[in-house]
Amino acid sequence: MAQYTFIASRDPFESRESEHTMSLAGDLRRSGHEVTVYLVQNAVFGARKSSASSGLAKLAREGVRILADSFSLKERGIDHLRLEAGIEPAELDLVVDHLAEGGRVIWH
Amino acid sequence: MSDKKKITVSIMDGPFENARTVTALRLIDIAARRGYDITVFAYEGAVSLAFAKQTPHANAVHGRDAAEEDHPLPREWVASLIQTASANGGSLDWINCGLCVDERGMSEAVPGIRRGSPADLWKAADASDGTLTIGTR
Repeated sequence: MAQYTFIASRDPFESRESEHTMSLAGDLRRSGHEVTVYLVQNAVFGARKSSASSGLAKLAREGVRILADSFSLKERGIDHLRLEAGIEPAELDLVVDHLAEGGRVIWH
Repeated sequence: MSDKKKITVSIMDGPFENARTVTALRLIDIAARRGYDITVFAYEGAVSLAFAKQTPHANAVHGRDAAEEDHPLPREWVASLIQTASANGGSLDWINCGLCVDERGMSEAVPGIRRGSPADLWKAADASDGTLTIGTR
């Protein structure tokens, strides 16, 4: 089992790239890998409860860890109480942890 | 491989353009504070991040002089990251892609920056615990 971390940075309302990230993350999880999706910059807009967050919630239910960069949330005035179920705020340190542990960290 | 952690980050975006630059520098800052050995391979527009002639300016629209404007300069951030890594027992080896430098006339960089090639990125990645590539999209 490998450890994958996807960093998503684009607003899901602006780009469909995030759908590809979610699709790949789900496939890897169903293949038995440990998968984290880390939302940063405008990608955290998709962490709010909205039409764009249902895909993330589904991934979370499947066992993908979904995290939103605390700094990006704060910059955009998004309170953690507005986050979709299963999405947690997290510090960027986690990405450095995964790099140092030899995980596969992919800026998608 | 020793116990000391080593990571490599490659970045492509030029300064003053995209939030990716800020996120990349935040990541490098975290690793620098941990005393990691870090290699940064800056290519394409990212070779401008450490350009020594970046200059602060006034903001006439807001009626502020250069000191009041306190314009952030990426070259200062890069220099600070090199110092932070060293102060915490680590290192930051910042490599600017030589061809990218020549194309843009960006040969004057802050101290601590060296020229290199994609072969240096490959060597650094091969020797690292983890590598992250942040490309321009």
